[in-house]
Amino acid sequence: MFDLYILLSLIILGYIFGQILERRHYASIKRRELAIVHLVTTNSKRTLGDVGELAEARLVHGGVVISVDYFKRIVTSLRNFFGGNIRGYETLVDRARREAILRLKESCPDAAQIINLRLETSSIYKGKGNQIGSVEVLAYATAIYT
Amino acid sequence: MFMTNVEEVPGKQIVACYGVVSGSTVRAKHVGRDIMAGLKNIFGGELVGYTELLSEAREQAMARMQQQAEALGANAIVNVRFSTSSITAGASEIYIYGTAVTVE
Repeated sequence: MFDLYILLSLIILGYIFGQILERRHYASIKRRELAIVHLVTTNSKRTLGDVGELAEARLVHGGVVISVDYFKRIVTSLRNFFGGNIRGYETLVDRARREAILRLKESCPDAAQIINLRLETSSIYKGKGNQIGSVEVLAYATAIYT
Repeated sequence: MFMTNVEEVPGKQIVACYGVVSGSTVRAKHVGRDIMAGLKNIFGGELVGYTELLSEAREQAMARMQQQAEALGANAIVNVRFSTSSITAGASEIYIYGTAVTVE
């Protein structure tokens, strides 16, 4: 019985804090994306358009590790039974990727353009019952200075 | 040392090529970070300890790759790729590789 109470309170705590944290994170992502939208980023190997004389090229990277909350993990295990979209994990990887790209862009605000953006995703932490608890996303690219 | 993840150093000419260089590092998280990560796994959100751990590991792997390239006499590394894998529970490997070249 006691175990059930712990489980329930973990789920409720996870739900409340998870929702708050996720909403706050999305708000911050959207604000920062707008603030740095002028820095052109592409995953092609050449610069977009003509940027003029190239002065320097530098490897830049940004990474983040984000964890899913307890509520979503429980819901996911139910989803695994019925099938269908796992919304909780979709937002998890979406937040992680956008955050990683933002950190990369924020690490070189003076660049003229960022080319050849690559994203690498991996799960580094396995939660109880071998479920993926968190994802690491690494974004790396070449920053072009003129 | 120039490093890029495209096939060339933009704006410069490659004059010599020395082949693939790589650097890797395996890091374990320590107990303090593990406890915090356990808590964060309830609430969700960023695991700052792990983010730092992985970025330190990446810097180290990159430094090792650069050393190897310098030993060969190269002054640039092109086509750099990152990869991460978890070998055992609690440790993660960062592997970085690229092609060592000389640019004029």
